[in-house]
Amino acid sequence: MSTEARSSRFEPPVSEVSAPFWDATREKRLVVQWCRPCDRAVFYPRETCPGCLGTDLEWRECSGRGTLYTFTVNHLSPNPTGGEGPFPVALVELEEGFRMMSNIVDCPLEDLAVGMALAVSWEPLSDGRHYPLFAPAGDPT
Amino acid sequence: MTSARGAAAIVGVADDASPTGQLELSGRALEAAMIDQALQDAGLTIADVDGVCHTGSSMGLAEYLGVHPRFTDSTATGGSSFEVHVEHAAAAIAAGMADVVLSVYASTPRGDRARGGTGGPGRRTAMMGGPNPQAEWEVPAGIRMPMGAYALAATRHMALYGTTPEQLAQIAVSTREWATMNPKARYQEPITVGDVLASPMQTSPLHLLDCCLVTDGAGAFVMTSAERARDLAKAPAYVLGVGTCHDHAMISQMPDLATTAGTVSGPLAFGMAGLGPADVDVLMGYDSFTITALLHLEDLGFCAKGEGGPFVEDGKLGPGGSLPMNTNGGGLSYTHPGMYGMFLLVEAVRQLRGECGPRQVDGADVAVAHGSGGVLSCMSTVVLGTGATL
Repeated sequence: MSTEARSSRFEPPVSEVSAPFWDATREKRLVVQWCRPCDRAVFYPRETCPGCLGTDLEWRECSGRGTLYTFTVNHLSPNPTGGEGPFPVALVELEEGFRMMSNIVDCPLEDLAVGMALAVSWEPLSDGRHYPLFAPAGDPT
Repeated sequence: MTSARGAAAIVGVADDASPTGQLELSGRALEAAMIDQALQDAGLTIADVDGVCHTGSSMGLAEYLGVHPRFTDSTATGGSSFEVHVEHAAAAIAAGMADVVLSVYASTPRGDRARGGTGGPGRRTAMMGGPNPQAEWEVPAGIRMPMGAYALAATRHMALYGTTPEQLAQIAVSTREWATMNPKARYQEPITVGDVLASPMQTSPLHLLDCCLVTDGAGAFVMTSAERARDLAKAPAYVLGVGTCHDHAMISQMPDLATTAGTVSGPLAFGMAGLGPADVDVLMGYDSFTITALLHLEDLGFCAKGEGGPFVEDGKLGPGGSLPMNTNGGGLSYTHPGMYGMFLLVEAVRQLRGECGPRQVDGADVAVAHGSGGVLSCMSTVVLGTGATL
């Protein structure tokens, strides 16, 4: 990945509850909220657990590894990763049991396949944060 | 528990659209015209109305109409809003809390653009209300909404079950066959599977002809009690069963992208009706995209999960087929002004009355209107029947 901030990506706003997520990306760390009583990941970040409505939530490190749950190649919109032409929008299933929407990089479009192993990769944003992208993992998880 | 089965009926309907995709009227004027036509269709007047439903503000609409309703409903669940209105109105009528309820919809994205307005269904994010997690967790990935959401579902379905682009295309082809018999339909020329696959890719695997239209359109319905319905102008379409469920608002939060909440709303509605998919003569299944309709077929139980592709392949959804679906030409070929669920109900009622001319399904006694709102988010199923089904 390039180390310069891209201008074409709509940069995600930060809400009060999600600030720890975005702060961790400054160090290229992927973190997720965890409900201790339910022993489950909570994503997107919330004030309360959507399982129990409890507030006993902590932030945990993620492995950054996951699989491609599904994807679409967008032929209509500007490519937010800065490249030219159609680009993949994906839902990635993380090892910790939650899904995030992102882009797949460093992968020819014809090689995209549901179930493929992925690892997080970081795109710099303009304010020191990084946007989590995903690339094919070196070895399968 | 008492059941509302057969306690209420849709007794008046109206809708409008044009092959040009554009209508003259807009806003409240268009809504008022639809209401007037639906009331005339029922043999009722505005003075009879004591219940008002609207996806924007039922207060604003009632004020404009000069109605002081005792039943009011501003439920907005996107395209399925009108099926939910039927559900709520049927419950209120069954409980004696309302007598004559109307719902209306008008949206004119094309006309608005021509008149210099903003047009377009810009209500999607507003519809979710409150803070907007979509801006934080979806928009940055550059997803094209709403079609990108449905494309994600289609890719997942293809990977799990081997569904093919040709099978999805067949839904658009069968739907267009119906549209050739609707003089108000935006597109009335037959198409082939090859045409669909050759149309420009939008966001894979969806081609242009896998996607619904963007047109002006409007409609209304009027409901009342079964007792009062028997004395009105047209044969009542009795509300036999209703069911609703939503399991997410944003597509990235959908529990299973190959299975919708129709697996809940469908059995609720069929259970209340005491009927099953095999009893359905006409299916009006929300077709914002070809994949949307395919998921309904599976989730309502017309075929097993994963078998939607082979199920539609033989053209059984088209004229003369064993499961007539979207006989008005659907959102794919008739009209789609943004929230299409109103048109499902209007056509279902007309089929039960035998008013559909060349596209009439012989002996239609049971019709299902299945709405989908948001991005495969809110499913609402309405089972309607003729007097023979009571």
